[in-house]
Amino acid sequence: MSRRVFIVLGLVVLAWATQGCTTSRSQVLQADESAVKLRSIQTRVFDTTDKPKMLRTVMATLQDLGFVVDAADDTIGSVTATKLDRYALKMTVMVRPRNERQLLVRANAQYNLNAVANPEPYQNFFAALEKAIFLTAHLEDDGAPATGPSATSPASTAPSAPAPQAATVATPIHK
Amino acid sequence: MLAPQSIERRQMQTRQYPTSDEAKILQASAGLLQDVGFTLDSSRSSLGLICASKDRGAVEGGQVAGAVVMAALFGVSTPIDQKQKIRVSIVTFPTGSQIAVRVTFQRIVWNSYGQVSRLELLDDAKMYEEFFDKLSKAVFLEGQRI
Repeated sequence: MSRRVFIVLGLVVLAWATQGCTTSRSQVLQADESAVKLRSIQTRVFDTTDKPKMLRTVMATLQDLGFVVDAADDTIGSVTATKLDRYALKMTVMVRPRNERQLLVRANAQYNLNAVANPEPYQNFFAALEKAIFLTAHLEDDGAPATGPSATSPASTAPSAPAPQAATVATPIHK
Repeated sequence: MLAPQSIERRQMQTRQYPTSDEAKILQASAGLLQDVGFTLDSSRSSLGLICASKDRGAVEGGQVAGAVVMAALFGVSTPIDQKQKIRVSIVTFPTGSQIAVRVTFQRIVWNSYGQVSRLELLDDAKMYEEFFDKLSKAVFLEGQRI
């Protein structure tokens, strides 16, 4: 009998050790990665101040990527959308002015029960977004002066409506 | 009928910020929620409302240990908490020259049998304290208790 108790105690210790002793309540304000690292993965800067157009393009891009838009708010500058494809990927994109000539776009996503810290889905999203809006997405800490639209994306030809071409460049977002 | 602790809760969940720029407070709040992994479910900025949530695991070491003991000693399988949806709503309310911000967190927890095992308001004062500390930093204003 005492041997059995020892085995049970051993299992208990093992269970504690493998699960850690944090409570699930601690998840409330917990960011899942280093906040700075995550921010740089999730953020891009665009050389435009047209927030409504950016929000519309974000919605169009998410649709192109297979998301269904759940909610949007132009004052807050947010769009939330969900993609269901045997998994649930939910993404919120926030657009806000960075300075007098740039907008900052930040996306965050959860994949089933986890925050997405993998750069790839964000890269896919921003790649599709920059093509749809005909502007280059800069990293936030990019020291290089951002002097208007890049050579490959002439703003003069940019349509005012969300670009239909986005459909051809959009790649599915994978985890 | 208000619960006896409702005033205490209101104080814990509310701060006043010396500004009349409600949009700025809402944008900062939404940005902060995004920082800690929430996705925005809906909002109505004309009414000062933001609703957000996040889905995460809810496995706790203690519960797993308990389930192991039950299984080893009595051979019975006991459900353990497995996943949770944490919900938050932020409501801003202009009061004269200030804006009151009230935040409320709650969560739904499902166990390994897929049953809802907890439905609760999260009323840990430290959690709210931490939230408002972050918000104060984001808006460069000190939040006042009511």
